Amino acid sequence: MSLRLDSMNETDRPQRIVLAKIGLDGHDRGIKVVARGLRDHGFHVIYAGLWQAPEAVVQAVADEDADWLGISILSGAHMTLLPDLLNLLRQQGSGNVKVMVGGIIPEADIQKLQQLGVTGVFGPGTPMEDIVEFLRERR
Amino acid sequence: MSTPLISDAKKRWQQELAAAPSRPQPATTVSGLPIEPLYTSDDLDNFSDEKRLGYPGQYPFARGVHANMHRGQLWTMRQFAGYGTARQTNERFRFLLEKGQTGLSTAFDLPTLMGLDSDHSQSRGEVGRLGVAVDTIDDVRQLFAGIDLEQVSVSMTINAPAFVIMAYYVAAAVDGGFDPRKLRGTLQNDILKEFHAQNEFIFPPTPSVKLVVDVIEYCTKHVPLWNTVSISGYHIREAGSTAVQELAFTLADGMHYVEQCLERGMNVDDFAPRLSFFFNAHNDLFEELAKYRAARRLWADLMKNRYHAQRESSWKLRFHAQTAGCSLQDKQPEVNLMRVAYQAMAAVLGGCQSLHTNSMDETLALPSEHAATLALRTQQVLAYETGVTNTVDPLGGSYFVETLTDQIQQQAEEYFERIEQHHGMVAAIETGFFRREIGDAAFAFQQAVDAKQKVLVGVNDFQQPDEKPLPLLELDESAERDQLQSLEQIKKQRSRDDVRRTTDELKRVAETGTNVMPALMETARARVTVGESMQVLEEIFGRYRLGAAW
Repeated sequence: MSLRLDSMNETDRPQRIVLAKIGLDGHDRGIKVVARGLRDHGFHVIYAGLWQAPEAVVQAVADEDADWLGISILSGAHMTLLPDLLNLLRQQGSGNVKVMVGGIIPEADIQKLQQLGVTGVFGPGTPMEDIVEFLRERR
Repeated sequence: MSTPLISDAKKRWQQELAAAPSRPQPATTVSGLPIEPLYTSDDLDNFSDEKRLGYPGQYPFARGVHANMHRGQLWTMRQFAGYGTARQTNERFRFLLEKGQTGLSTAFDLPTLMGLDSDHSQSRGEVGRLGVAVDTIDDVRQLFAGIDLEQVSVSMTINAPAFVIMAYYVAAAVDGGFDPRKLRGTLQNDILKEFHAQNEFIFPPTPSVKLVVDVIEYCTKHVPLWNTVSISGYHIREAGSTAVQELAFTLADGMHYVEQCLERGMNVDDFAPRLSFFFNAHNDLFEELAKYRAARRLWADLMKNRYHAQRESSWKLRFHAQTAGCSLQDKQPEVNLMRVAYQAMAAVLGGCQSLHTNSMDETLALPSEHAATLALRTQQVLAYETGVTNTVDPLGGSYFVETLTDQIQQQAEEYFERIEQHHGMVAAIETGFFRREIGDAAFAFQQAVDAKQKVLVGVNDFQQPDEKPLPLLELDESAERDQLQSLEQIKKQRSRDDVRRTTDELKRVAETGTNVMPALMETARARVTVGESMQVLEEIFGRYRLGAAW
């Protein structure tokens, strides 16, 4: 995946995306691959790392003036942790950041998360190109 | 006389090969090792049966660790299970034993794995979700209630707080009337791969390894049938490594534990026979079984020649295998049954001692009872119907398998040298060497999938738009509430003096660098929680943070 020049020409600045893992699970293979892939496609990626508290994630979004927040969670605790995070984003004035979620999210929960304001949910095996296209279409 | 005939045949084959079309995907193993179209006796230069293969049950154990392998005793069918409260997991354990499973394997929930109590703020939503919640010795007693711990072998998959859980287990078993010298089982207790791959570490590498050695030392003396460490490549592979990296890093971890035990003054032949291994069983049949064969040969060589172990049992690499969770797909999940069956066959052909077969629905949820039963049945078909158990190491002597075994061994040895160049295990962890290597391999794999150089059925080819969803296990969300209630009760009932006395003693012992196990058996009996015991030690050992090398 080489750097694509066209992605830099789309606007003045590359889209900025904060990636973070919340909760306790340590499965970071997916988020690291996504971080690298997005970077190679011209996105500005800030990877906050494992075990991020919701407050720290919200702070990173504000500090980095992020367009996107990507949350990875594979423990199954997404319906406990994500609604709280989304609320906190709104309370702290970052409600306009677009949120995507990666991990093992059952079909029924995907709909609930979308109703709560999550823009995109990506399961295991999603091709990199699909994520890139998704982000470009919604910049 | 026959030589010219053979070379004529070879010449003709080469011509026909050059003219024949090849499929577009490069012929490599899953890990990217290039594979030749054909292997012949020419590939086995200097091949000597005695040195490279030997006989089963004899050095260098390429053909297996027992003389009659699965003709004698089948591998242990050990399905990993655990969810909710100790009571719920105890029910699942009894169900599995009833279905013919021959050993237990305990999955703990994330808070327990991270050394946090169920009532910690970071535990919210995770209590009892991916495994059983264990806060106190009461939970351990409940978990194994009604199970004869001298008869059933028990595996416990836990690492950062492994020594705490082990002390709690031994205390519960002893108090329950069992003889610790008869307890059989395996503690994963492999902290090094947590730093490389799975990320369930708490203390920095050096004190973390000290605690691993505490368990080895304690069990060698008091629980002699226990497998003290399950040195694990499984998670390294799941994080995206190649087969060679999985093998090399796992054995390097093993070497580090051995060296630390020797440093403590232990005799290698006292503890080495109870070191066990845990490998991944991934998609590529030949790469996997060659990996296991190379593993046995490498370990035997290291133990005999580098660490001068005298007992044959110290040279033997015994391993558990689990089919590759990362190979399973959420698209057309029933197809996972076939993946698991082939992976399991690789593990058996490679001479595993125990095996977990994943359930088809694991990319979607915890296994349903139906999916878990099918996973166990897969092993039973393999054992009783396919005939793969009839002879020992059936693929030994295959030009291809022997060449691949040699290649994998050689590449693993090159990694040992690179780790040395990085100034050994701890320095290589701290500078991010392992994480970089694994991350690069994971990224390369994803690129190959995205470019369709690797075909994944149902994912980047053979897709099926209108899939019927599988019925999934509905998690009982009340487990967290129940666990919190019982923990609150225990905290109210227990003696504060006992808690203070035993935790003070734990602190004193840890500060002086002595073995923490006896002190932890006393905190267990005082109903000190896992989180409280860990907290005492964190104040002494500190917490490890990942540096720039994520």
